[in-house]
Amino acid sequence: MAKVIEGLYYSESHEYVRVEGDVAYIGITDYAQHALGNVVYVDLPEVDDEVEAGEEFGAVESVKAASDIISPVSGTIIEVNEALDDQPELLNEDAYENWIIKVELSDKSELDSLMDAKAYEAFCEK
Amino acid sequence: MENKRTCLYDKHVALGALMSPFGGFDMPIQYRGIVDEHQAVRTACGVFDVSHMGEVLITGNDAERYVNHIFTNNVVGMPAGKILYGMMCYENGGVVDDLLVYKMDGQRFFLVINAANIDKDWAWIQEQAKGYDVVLEHQSDLYGELAVQGPQAEAVMEEVLGIACKELTFYTFKQIGDVIVSRTGYTGEDGFEIYATPQYINECWDKLMAAGVQPCGLGCRDTLRFEVGLPLYGDELSQDITPIMAGLGIFVKLDKEEFIGKEALAQQKAEGPKQKLVGIELADKAIPRHGYTVLTPEGEAIGEVTTGYHTISTDKSVCMALIDSAYAKLDTPLAVQIRKKVFPGKVVKKQFYNKNYKK
Repeated sequence: MAKVIEGLYYSESHEYVRVEGDVAYIGITDYAQHALGNVVYVDLPEVDDEVEAGEEFGAVESVKAASDIISPVSGTIIEVNEALDDQPELLNEDAYENWIIKVELSDKSELDSLMDAKAYEAFCEK
Repeated sequence: MENKRTCLYDKHVALGALMSPFGGFDMPIQYRGIVDEHQAVRTACGVFDVSHMGEVLITGNDAERYVNHIFTNNVVGMPAGKILYGMMCYENGGVVDDLLVYKMDGQRFFLVINAANIDKDWAWIQEQAKGYDVVLEHQSDLYGELAVQGPQAEAVMEEVLGIACKELTFYTFKQIGDVIVSRTGYTGEDGFEIYATPQYINECWDKLMAAGVQPCGLGCRDTLRFEVGLPLYGDELSQDITPIMAGLGIFVKLDKEEFIGKEALAQQKAEGPKQKLVGIELADKAIPRHGYTVLTPEGEAIGEVTTGYHTISTDKSVCMALIDSAYAKLDTPLAVQIRKKVFPGKVVKKQFYNKNYKK
């Protein structure tokens, strides 16, 4: 059973957002890493890139396929988790601990359109 | 259209396999995971359900002459019990399918064809047979097939399945009643393929599972064949990609008197193909996938990736790609467009891992 954490926001494309003040940590959910299988490469964006809600900003690649990562929120990237360059498998080990990008939010109201833990859990069971 | 199921379908589902359509069948893609299954075959032994493969039996007074007419390799003078790999081509040299031909005896040949091409091949084989004294039998529904692959395959065949196979050399087979056992495979490792009734295939499968042999899905079948540079029809061979372009000229016997596609292939070989299949290794870890564009360092598009992976055995991002022959020399710097970025690399041998056959 995939792990879902209370207090995070979730998208239908299986990204999560952890908010601290005006900063959002964005990654893929445990459900997503399970579905992908062994992650072998993470295509990371650059610091200072703008991301827009609903737009892809990178990709996670398993042995078999590439999946776009779609930003659930808009803002400016202030940090990229460069550990994933050398150790993409960190996403399999703990998808929530190992966020992918840190974004300064430009519109916090976008969070309202995302799912909470309970709604996401129900969404995954469908 | 409803997908077909192999005789082991229920067992795959019970094992929790991820099932997906392939070649008109619902096939297991993975059980424990592609990486684990891949490693099992490279280091020990794994078993694949390949019952989706098609089988055609050709017999009759003209069987040898007819098989030689539709097949690029040469079956004349081939001893019984021997197997040849080759292609069936169109007049223009494009490939109908790649296949194995088993010579049962003087005028009996057993063809093993790709699942996705069964209907097309069967129609082709029937059409070309006009004027030949042959009997064609489509036997795909009679046979299930297992591939037992890996350095421990021989021991598993003998000890778990009780099938004596030590004496079989590479690309030979024997018949035990209505069971066909060959030393063949699609992984680059030693291994065997068993063609038999669905009931016998189920019995073998159960024994292998009871003995703890790793079930392997089509996911790692693709990573394994790719690493050793074996082609997959649809990627590295197609109606537009000839065996000459794919670097498989060794399986095209242009010294034969005749076969379908001979003139076109001879001409292409003499002139040199405009496009060639090459290996490309990238400096970065990004993964080149089927259909991605291959570029010169200056950014000119010169071809497309046919298959690519981050290899499990060698930890490298590599691909096979069909490119303009002018750039096909080893070490030529090239690049692959992956999403928005361009990743530099160079031409390498399109065998990324050494085969480990027992010959």
